[in-house]
Amino acid sequence: MSLYSDIGGEAAVNAAVDIFYRKVLKDDRIKHFFDGTDMAKQAAKQKAFLAMAFGGPSNYSGADMRKGHAHLVAKGLNDSHFDAVMENLGATLKELNVPANLIAQAAAIAESTRKDVLGK
Amino acid sequence: MPKITYGGQSFECGEHSVLDCLTAQGVSVPHSCRSGVCQTCMMQAVQGSVPREAQVGLKPTLVAQNHFLACVCHPQQDIEIALPKTAIARIEAKVSGIEYLNAEILGVRLKPAQPFSYRAGQFINFFKDETTSRCYSLASVPGLDDDLHLTVRKIPGGLVSGWISGQLKAGDTISISEATGDCFYVPGNPGQNLLLIGTGSGLAPLYGIIRDALKSGHTGRIRLYHGNYNAAGFYLVEELRRLELTYPNFTYVPCVSGEEARPGYAQGIVLDVALADNPSLTGWRVFLCGNPDMVKAAKREVFLSGASVNDIYADPF
Repeated sequence: MSLYSDIGGEAAVNAAVDIFYRKVLKDDRIKHFFDGTDMAKQAAKQKAFLAMAFGGPSNYSGADMRKGHAHLVAKGLNDSHFDAVMENLGATLKELNVPANLIAQAAAIAESTRKDVLGK
Repeated sequence: MPKITYGGQSFECGEHSVLDCLTAQGVSVPHSCRSGVCQTCMMQAVQGSVPREAQVGLKPTLVAQNHFLACVCHPQQDIEIALPKTAIARIEAKVSGIEYLNAEILGVRLKPAQPFSYRAGQFINFFKDETTSRCYSLASVPGLDDDLHLTVRKIPGGLVSGWISGQLKAGDTISISEATGDCFYVPGNPGQNLLLIGTGSGLAPLYGIIRDALKSGHTGRIRLYHGNYNAAGFYLVEELRRLELTYPNFTYVPCVSGEEARPGYAQGIVLDVALADNPSLTGWRVFLCGNPDMVKAAKREVFLSGASVNDIYADPF
């Protein structure tokens, strides 16, 4: 079995996206990065991110991640903000009663994008 | 082997997705995740239907307009497709009536010269001449109203609204576009609660959406909040009060922000009043129309109050 199917596949992504995005928009540390973005488009991106973190379908390359976040890095995106997103991801999965070992696997996948997201 | 037609050319997909097929033929389609998640490669079937799998995760209003994700679409039959919102046709229509609904809002009724398919709440482009046009929302409901009903706010110095209010008269023939937009009611969840928030002429699409929902037998609560700076800005008040009497699940709350509210009106900014009355919006469907700043703030606030992203429909203008 893969992480994606263990965690609940697309249904899990759909359940998680609203909870996760709501946490992000309420988080004073990072919410300003989302000012002026279109909510529906942003939610679709969040879904793509969660699908990837859950070990699901994803075709994002490291270069895509760099390109996609470069404008935010220019605005000061740094490790502390990445940490905040990681926290929100963990809290979301906890809220959905995902077992700790699966949360750890998803967190490791998300963590693996850190350098590319932050343009290091 | 199913064929796909795009931009006048036909291709055979074979085992490939529509996206891969088009890309291989040199057609440029925006795309990103290639796995049916990010929705960048959304296209629209204009002829034929696409498999259900190609529409997973799309808003019901987009599904209703045959939108699909090209990267996960493996057609089972011949289809003709386009990028969304391209190739909008123009149609002639005759002005069947024009009257003031209040000091600055005009009600315009149109009779299209050919069968006109639309959904209450969508908008059309209204052409003054070849190159000058403005978008107006449809307040009429197919099956309830014979004509198309638009509300036009007179903008000081407005090219199109000035022409409509100053020169246009019943009997004139003008050009309009097909109806577009994805802010409309979709049946299928009649018990869901609906919250509708509008400012100024943003009432027009909401008035259509509400009557469309009621016509479809919607049983959940339907709550309309209409905001204006002062009492002179309201219109359709009697019609809405009558709907309230006929349908116990419908409530109408006019909100005044710039002067003291008369009895029957709420005092305050429309978004604040609506959120104070309805603090938890988990499971609600929300429609937001009017002032772009209000719509933008409202999208975020109703989402944070529990409404799901896919249940939020908006039309800023």
